[in-house]
Amino acid sequence: MIRFDAVSKNYPNGTTAVDGLSLELAEGGITVLVGPSGCGKTTTLRMVNRMVEPTAGTVSLRGQDIREVAAPELRRGIGYVIQHAGLFPHRTILDNVATVPLLLGWGKKKARARAAELLELVGLPATMAKRYPYQLSGGQQQRVGVARALGADPPVLLMDEPFSAVDPIVRGELQAEFLRLQKELHKTIVFVTHDIDEAIKLGDNIAVFRTGGKLAQFDTPERLLAHPADDFVADFVGQDRGIRRLSFVQAAGLPLREGPALPVTASVAEARALDEPWVLVVDDARRPLGWAEAAGLADAGTLADIPLAPLGHTFSLVGDSARAALDAALLSPSRLAVGVDAQGAVAGVADAYELSAAIAGTGGSLGAAPEAAGVAGVAETAEAAGPQLVKGAADPADAEDAEDADGSGSNTGKTGGGDR
Amino acid sequence: MNDLLNQIRLVGDWLTSSQQWHGDDGIPHRLAEHLTYSGLSLLFATLIGLAFGLLVGHTGRGAFAVASVANLARAIPTFGLVVLVVTLAGLSTTPVLVALVALAVPPILINTFEGVRGVDPDARDAAKGMGMTGWEVLLKVEVPMALPLILLGLRVAAIQVVATATVAAYPGLGGLGRFIVDGLSRNDYELVIGGSAVVVALALVVQAVFTALRRAIVSPGLRPAATKS
Repeated sequence: MIRFDAVSKNYPNGTTAVDGLSLELAEGGITVLVGPSGCGKTTTLRMVNRMVEPTAGTVSLRGQDIREVAAPELRRGIGYVIQHAGLFPHRTILDNVATVPLLLGWGKKKARARAAELLELVGLPATMAKRYPYQLSGGQQQRVGVARALGADPPVLLMDEPFSAVDPIVRGELQAEFLRLQKELHKTIVFVTHDIDEAIKLGDNIAVFRTGGKLAQFDTPERLLAHPADDFVADFVGQDRGIRRLSFVQAAGLPLREGPALPVTASVAEARALDEPWVLVVDDARRPLGWAEAAGLADAGTLADIPLAPLGHTFSLVGDSARAALDAALLSPSRLAVGVDAQGAVAGVADAYELSAAIAGTGGSLGAAPEAAGVAGVAETAEAAGPQLVKGAADPADAEDAEDADGSGSNTGKTGGGDR
Repeated sequence: MNDLLNQIRLVGDWLTSSQQWHGDDGIPHRLAEHLTYSGLSLLFATLIGLAFGLLVGHTGRGAFAVASVANLARAIPTFGLVVLVVTLAGLSTTPVLVALVALAVPPILINTFEGVRGVDPDARDAAKGMGMTGWEVLLKVEVPMALPLILLGLRVAAIQVVATATVAAYPGLGGLGRFIVDGLSRNDYELVIGGSAVVVALALVVQAVFTALRRAIVSPGLRPAATKS
């Protein structure tokens, strides 16, 4: 789709922004360019719409050298989102979004109708249409920036650190929203960030650049975490890459045991009879309510009468990752993670040792995976060996199963809260 | 205090006497002449100032030259320029127009240039990145965003020109300066003060016109930023 062939960018002052880059980006996927500042990731992005012209090599789009198309014409067919949104302060939100359709000569009425549609798509109320950029928050402005880039429904979207200027909470919302949008739109997206966490969360493929404009590794997030190509990449993805890799392991395959669970109607005597330090109290639909500590139990009555220690959070077997499960175990007062099914009923429990033993098995199989180039190849190899690798487990709303779990309405607030 | 009241009464008498409103020496005729000089010189100055201001602001080349020329032009004494051009070109409206254009170009040029150069680089980058041509970036983004400053430059220039167009009376031309120059030579202070009052009133009208213009053509999206500065 987008192809870089031995592309370099040197500046007259002697600096090399990009050095001999060859890279092919798949159609319909999100490719994240990541690296420290000065590594040439933004230059690489800007070479796709000729905002920067390479000094050597060719960039082609769908097999055509982009220099064969006049720059303005090329750019009108490529969505462009930048860090501070870059909205036009003198235009209303609606007219900002209508920019490219107007440039293409759609006519005011049609362009504005399209803009109104896009505002809805990015989750902005219609009342915002008549406002001006200064009246919007940073997060809202960034949504407008995305809507504006989608103006003429371009197949390719270039995004240069679009979410890095907003606070972490808003960034999380924007990222989730972005993945939801992409699921609908299937654009070919090139996304630049300096944040490896964002890269792993959003990318289908990640290109890690090192200072001096050299490509260090181009791989799927899973493989980047499991098999960093060298010390630089290992260092860049971070010390906790082992933990982060768990985001790509589905919780569904983890071994759970029955555990000391009792209905809330059970008597204190029954709880004592289990001879466990902690007892999980569930309601009549087997949904978890909390933990009862054996040492604190009264002499008589039922479990409904005694105060319960909070669950921390549970993890869902449909949609959550092994990372959420491990986190649930670490936060639980009983040291036991509680796994729930799609209905929110307790499926079983496991402690951190049991979980890590199971996960280590996965890691071994991952390590044995051959040098696979594509996402699909890796996923299939790992599937055979225990817990499945799942793309997008990083985002609860991404997996279809997760949406079902949300629909059941039980316990969703707590499920998977520890993931990321 | 009595002096001031006296002067106001003098101006009132002068303004209301019927001879001031008729003939070649009347206020309407002098005002028309004054507006012609001012209007013509503002027109030329706007063409020059806007063209160079937009060009340099848009391309970013020649910023130093613009600043130097504009500052130099500011230092030229208007009256001296009139006398100089009269000695070179003889007695006509040309010296007056040249002097007034030289007076009006610097504020228009500097403000236009600063206005365009001060456009948020992100907005410019986005405009270009979405496929606007150079002209489209200039006309659809840079000019509208620079409009508050461009109008400020025009207003300053217009008020200066309207006030300074009185120099036309020195080389024997018309305009509201006639009253002042004639009054001074005849020691007729009623005439001097009356003429000045009309010039001041004209400057206030110009100011009001630009305020209205700003309301009409500057985007509401720019007003909060503009009122801050």
